[in-house]
Amino acid sequence: MKTLKNHIKLVFPSHSENEGLARLAVSGFLAAEGADVSVIAELKTAVSEGVTNAIVHGYRNTHGLVTLEIKLFDSGRAKILIKDKGAGIEDITKAMEPLFTTAPEEERAGLGFAIMQSFCDKLRVRSAPGKGTTLTLEKYIYKR
Amino acid sequence: MLPTINYCAERRILSVFLKGELDHHNTRPIREQTDIAVTKYRPALLVLDFSGVTFMDSSGIGLVMGRYKRMHDMGADLLIANPTPPIERLIRLASVERIVRIVYTAHSGTVKE
Repeated sequence: MKTLKNHIKLVFPSHSENEGLARLAVSGFLAAEGADVSVIAELKTAVSEGVTNAIVHGYRNTHGLVTLEIKLFDSGRAKILIKDKGAGIEDITKAMEPLFTTAPEEERAGLGFAIMQSFCDKLRVRSAPGKGTTLTLEKYIYKR
Repeated sequence: MLPTINYCAERRILSVFLKGELDHHNTRPIREQTDIAVTKYRPALLVLDFSGVTFMDSSGIGLVMGRYKRMHDMGADLLIANPTPPIERLIRLASVERIVRIVYTAHSGTVKE
């Protein structure tokens, strides 16, 4: 990974209309770096899932700030961090099971993590109940 | 701006033309408007047309599954029409095509408002 080539950081309140803003930031940043179009589409979807999780679950019944950070390295790998200081996840393994959701009444499909895993090369989840969650998504952004 | 849906009802078929970005934020009003139309027309078949959808994440899957349950409870059917390749990929990733059929119609992508 080594040298950082470019980097942005976006901090926004946990309003659901900002899900679109987060996607725009990702696609704008990656397009300017010449990323592959299908990679941009995949990362847009993965970020949409991560940011939605922060808003729907992290800040459930409350509000707070969501941080989206994109780091691009010389190697062509992008590292995307999505951070919240919300509720945190009690059982990460359970939360990552496909179709598991704590919000069925809102018609959440329980597929957020499955989609992030499938659309990224690597996904790391760090979370502590009451402290918040940090997702780290990694993906090579150019045509292979 | 909140998204609106266009729909047409003929005999007992209700076609709903979804539009824009189907994320968590936009799905709620689309769901509510779709359900209002379903309550009004009580169709035997609901067709969700995705040709105007420019982005979708798992919120769109939730929308499809929720409508599937609702139609199933009414003894009615649901079809997914004209998804773009990335949307179809997501639908298949979620294995939704095992219970809801995907169809492509001749007017795909040429729906006028």
